[in-house]
Amino acid sequence: MPNPAVPLSWYLILSAILFALGVAGFIFRRNIITVFMSIELMLNAVNLTFVTFSYQFKQVDGHIYSFFVMVVAAAEAAVGLAIILTVFKNRSTLMIDEVNSMKY
Amino acid sequence: MTAIVFLIFAAFAVFCGINLVLQTHPIASALSLIGVMGSLAVLYLLLGGEFIAMAQVIVYAGAIMVLFVFVIMLLNAGAEAATFQVSRFVKYFGAILLVFFLGLVSFVIQSQLPRTENVVFGAFQGGSALDVGRKLFTTYLLPFEVVSVLILIAIVGAIVLARKEV
Repeated sequence: MPNPAVPLSWYLILSAILFALGVAGFIFRRNIITVFMSIELMLNAVNLTFVTFSYQFKQVDGHIYSFFVMVVAAAEAAVGLAIILTVFKNRSTLMIDEVNSMKY
Repeated sequence: MTAIVFLIFAAFAVFCGINLVLQTHPIASALSLIGVMGSLAVLYLLLGGEFIAMAQVIVYAGAIMVLFVFVIMLLNAGAEAATFQVSRFVKYFGAILLVFFLGLVSFVIQSQLPRTENVVFGAFQGGSALDVGRKLFTTYLLPFEVVSVLILIAIVGAIVLARKEV
């Protein structure tokens, strides 16, 4: 019985699915924390693409890129959550369509 | 064997991703995101990325998600009111249809793409902490230093933003 193996493109398709789910969450959710988590999901999908191409080229560079993406995501999470705290302190709401004073 | 592991964890990642978008409570979404990150760590291991799988679990699922959960609990964030009023049946039937649609689109794309090589576990050995560290401190030394300055700025910025009087 031949050993069933996974083609490399399945990893890329999984990454595309996760990225699309992240975009959907970013567009349709109204809670600012969930929107932020959707962005993290998109970053994770991109990381999977980096690691997959790293496997294809047998080079470690893709791992380094996704390491940098992780560091930037950590920085982004720290600053973004501080901004969320400040917004909540000033507006007492987390719904992004209620934070609209720039609109008028 | 690797195909089974891949399918299990890919399905779990997609399930958790759909759950992240569908759940109304932020804590449930955060738990789903941790599920996605954990299964992605397993997939990194399958692709030979030992160091990056470890960093995924420690940095993403450990540090960043703890920060998220901490903020959710600090702000006492409740469930968000539904954007569209849909019945429970529509919600779950829609989720099943979404999975079916994604599978169909993936199948069509897969059949159109040229054949790519198969992933063999252990075929790529260059992802250990030794190799990553060697590359990081020779070729990518300048980006490494720049990113350390970036994270310092981010820490200071977070403290400034979250001060008492803003």
